[in-house]
Amino acid sequence: MNRMAVISENFRIKRAMREENRKNRLTWKQDFKKHGPLYLMMAPYFFLYMLFFIVPILLAVWLSLTDYNIFQSPGFVGLKNYIAILAEDDIFYIALKNTLVFAVITGPVSYLLCFFVAWLINEMGNKLRVFLTCVFYAPTLASSVFFVWQFIFSGDSYGLINSFLMKLGLLEEPIQWLADVRFSLMVLIIAQIWTSLGTSFLAFIAGFKSVDPALYEAADIDGVRNRYQELIYITLPIMKPQLFFSAIMQIAASFSVSTISQTLLGFPSVKYAGHTLVLHIQDYGMIKFEMGYACGVAVILFVIMYVAKKLVDKLVGLLASD
Amino acid sequence: MVRRKVFRRRIRRGNRSAAGNVCIFIFLFLLGAFMLLPLVYSCLNAFKPLEEVYIYPPRFFVRNPTLENFSVFFKLASGLHVPFIRYLFNSLFVTILTTVVHIVLSSMAAYPLAKYRLRLSGLFSLVVVSMLFTSAVLWLPNYILMAKMHFLNTYLPYIVPNLAAPIGLFLMKQFMEQIPFALVESATIDGAGHWTIFWRIVMPQVKPAWMTLAVFSFLSVWNQASSGFVYDERLKLLGDLIANINAGGFSRLNISMAGTLFMIVPPILLFLFTQNRVLETMAYAGIKE
Repeated sequence: MNRMAVISENFRIKRAMREENRKNRLTWKQDFKKHGPLYLMMAPYFFLYMLFFIVPILLAVWLSLTDYNIFQSPGFVGLKNYIAILAEDDIFYIALKNTLVFAVITGPVSYLLCFFVAWLINEMGNKLRVFLTCVFYAPTLASSVFFVWQFIFSGDSYGLINSFLMKLGLLEEPIQWLADVRFSLMVLIIAQIWTSLGTSFLAFIAGFKSVDPALYEAADIDGVRNRYQELIYITLPIMKPQLFFSAIMQIAASFSVSTISQTLLGFPSVKYAGHTLVLHIQDYGMIKFEMGYACGVAVILFVIMYVAKKLVDKLVGLLASD
Repeated sequence: MVRRKVFRRRIRRGNRSAAGNVCIFIFLFLLGAFMLLPLVYSCLNAFKPLEEVYIYPPRFFVRNPTLENFSVFFKLASGLHVPFIRYLFNSLFVTILTTVVHIVLSSMAAYPLAKYRLRLSGLFSLVVVSMLFTSAVLWLPNYILMAKMHFLNTYLPYIVPNLAAPIGLFLMKQFMEQIPFALVESATIDGAGHWTIFWRIVMPQVKPAWMTLAVFSFLSVWNQASSGFVYDERLKLLGDLIANINAGGFSRLNISMAGTLFMIVPPILLFLFTQNRVLETMAYAGIKE
């Protein structure tokens, strides 16, 4: 069957259904009259949601066009902040590079880890599965203890890694893991991956658990030979919704690194090796009080994250197509 | 009805090779060690006497475990001009209040979205997209907003933004969708109003979902720190106290670890008791196109 024909047929059916829906839909007035109490139930949540999730984004966009400094009322300056950020701010580019390197490594690595560990765990017996779930989720539960990495990677010979490597004779001198530009970003990535088997990991475990076993049997009859084929042809397409959900969670986590860097590498870190966009925003907002400028950086970050989400959605859609 | 029983039959399935299984075992073992060792190291340090912290070469395990660190921690913490108990109270108060109100508000909003077709149903996809933007990313505009509303230096910055956490509404709505509409319909025919249906019929059915929301909300609120919104020491949280003690440097590793144990034990216990329900809820945590 011609694939294109099927797609365009599906598209036509969907559009017809949408038009049908539109015709049967209530007008705004009828809707409010009929569902008034329901809207009342939604009101408190959505009031707070708008106030703390939508208003901040709009506020950032508006303030990024001004010279706001918290003491004086904002004056409109057009795109001046953006021009300053993009044309003159070298540290912005360091932060941008770090953020992207960080996201491009930790995002996919932790996403794949979540998926594969969940897949492997799913095959185990019930008790073992619960135990392993807790083991891998424990760092997220105890995320406030991440500062222990500071002691593990401590730069003197008291540091656990240094002393271990020196005992093995691999090192003569202790390495300044947290202050040496060659290593500090790597340490940060390790610490971040450590806490990254979070919500999406749980979503994957639950997703694998709820796949109907009869499908595997059917696949076996259809000639699926091993577990890996099973994963690609059966499980991935079924898990598509979980894949989308986890993508959002991982993008959110890998772009918003700040506290970990601040604690492990200090603020500002040596040669800005651990400087991320969130830290750049904090730097300009809290220390220099150039709120307009900082909001400009924030808006750039929002856009990057949104674009990343769109790209990843495309990718996941392609990977998990049936 | 909510809890579907899946009878697991032995079914014939294609298998992995033995070599593959060994590789997988080794991989899981190494990854598990990577996950657990830092935690074990933290816990062990909480029981190390001072001379073992200073020992060279540093040792992973503890030789002569002691409880002294805990008493030193309490002495240190009660010697501060704000007593330890105040931090603990702040953390508990903020966490419990936020968690309870968050569950109620998000289920109230989730019910109409899950069970009715409203003109404003599109709001839900907005909520899904905003799961992208964490509190760290929204920090600056939130700070400006809270300064304008005179929220700074009160308990409110800890509580209010977390009440509307998008993930709560998302999970609740996805879970509620599997309650059959016939149930709601028959109650409507019996003359029950939306409120009665919501409290009496829907809420008892979605117990796993509120436990899950409780875990996630507890985690995010308990582990947060004042992050610039609050500067009065009496209003700060346990996380701030630990961070302060940590700033004392290497010599106090054992003592700050003793304090940190207070931070990490409650979430772990909570998850252990609810993990079944959490996984049940997460099975619906997919985003359909």
